Amino acid sequence: MDFGFSLSQSSTVNLDKTDLSLFHRVHEIEPDVAICMACGSCSATCTSSEFTGMSLRSVILDIQRGRQEEARKMLSGCMLCGKCSMVCPRGINTRRLILTLGRVFDGEDRNTRRDIRKEVRK
Amino acid sequence: MIYKGKQKIWSDYQKEIPSDHWFYVRSCIRQSFFPASEVHFVKIMREVLGKDLYETPHHTTCGGIAYHSDTIPQETAMTIVARQFALMKEAGYKNLVTSCITSFGNYVEIIETWREFPELETRIREHLWKACKREFDVPEYVAHASDLVYKFRNEIAEKAQYRLVDKDTGEPLHIVEHIGCHYSKMFPHKGVGGAEYPCVLSGMAEAWGGNVIDYPERRHCCGFGFRQYLVKANRGYSVSNTHKKFESMEPYHPDAIITNCPGCPYFLDRWQYVISEMNGKTYGQDGHGIPVLTYEELAGLVLGYDPWDLGLQIHQVGLEPLLDKMGIPYDPKKKYLGLNEKDIMKPGLPRHLKCC
Repeated sequence: MDFGFSLSQSSTVNLDKTDLSLFHRVHEIEPDVAICMACGSCSATCTSSEFTGMSLRSVILDIQRGRQEEARKMLSGCMLCGKCSMVCPRGINTRRLILTLGRVFDGEDRNTRRDIRKEVRK
Repeated sequence: MIYKGKQKIWSDYQKEIPSDHWFYVRSCIRQSFFPASEVHFVKIMREVLGKDLYETPHHTTCGGIAYHSDTIPQETAMTIVARQFALMKEAGYKNLVTSCITSFGNYVEIIETWREFPELETRIREHLWKACKREFDVPEYVAHASDLVYKFRNEIAEKAQYRLVDKDTGEPLHIVEHIGCHYSKMFPHKGVGGAEYPCVLSGMAEAWGGNVIDYPERRHCCGFGFRQYLVKANRGYSVSNTHKKFESMEPYHPDAIITNCPGCPYFLDRWQYVISEMNGKTYGQDGHGIPVLTYEELAGLVLGYDPWDLGLQIHQVGLEPLLDKMGIPYDPKKKYLGLNEKDIMKPGLPRHLKCC
């Protein structure tokens, strides 16, 4: 029956039902992802955020909440300039973290941890 | 020491509710939605509890619904409310009890505004005098009708003929309580239990034998929200709110929902039909919905009033599964017979939601 209005899906994040395996894989390779305090300095300095909506803070929150597609889409706006790594008060190597995230999304993290670290440090 | 400290903190959340002599103002929409609720509140207060409850046919809407819908300015609502206060003064009462949560919030908001801005009160006094030559006193106490039922919940329990207990298993029924947002979210100290621990309905349900369910979206809005419903383009917000609550409470298998606001029981009841038509989902047992009651209807049921005299046939969701569980007798043939056994006609049945 058409009432002229419809139900919207709830945006509630239920951590009991959320698949956090991607976050755990990233955390295994880049333990620093867990020390982010979501201050937003990375987003404030991001060159591409104005044009693409890129925000590393949001990407990290998204993968912590199982919103992988949103994170993947946002990550594609990064141009790897590395400004965010200069301002992070926690000293996270954000550029490397972004590269790692990209590899995990592409399924390339199936290699050994050491191989990936070696590769991303090149 | 720790126990005493807890008692001290809890006492800050309590209200000292006067026990008698009330000026009662009805809601403008409840008599259409749940027509017997207010009648039975008056009956229970006067005939069962022996209290002095005065009402006058001269009172009007409080203007709250128009104010919250942005169709009148607050000064207009204040003048309407000032007139109600004038009627109360003329009748010789000092305690005001409202049937509606929106009215309760409106009266409290206006009194608090006048306390902060006395010059505004002076202006409203002038408006009222120019409009109808009346003068008013600010009430000494403003309560919601559910405050009074909460206050006398144990007296009602002593006189109860039925309890919120499954008659077959002896287990307490699972009760969801939903308190109107304007009861204590705007002025927490005006509601029993404040905004954090509002117990006005849970206190009733527990006193009458039920087990109150604590579920994640317990304090979420019912979805009414005035403009969310009144503007058709926004109704998706309204039904999505209600849907969120049902999804959250469903795993706890509630037997009934009790409410103390005009909009909440209406939307929690009617949206169950709309949701079932939209996606085929029902939230009660065997295709039924979850029965939704006002606190007066629930008080009436435990006191042994006839379910059809309480107006339960007006509900969208059938109440029969709850009546059967509590062991309350009813005559299905009389469901759609109104006053003097006049046929009020059987409504059409929904596709998915079982209604009887």
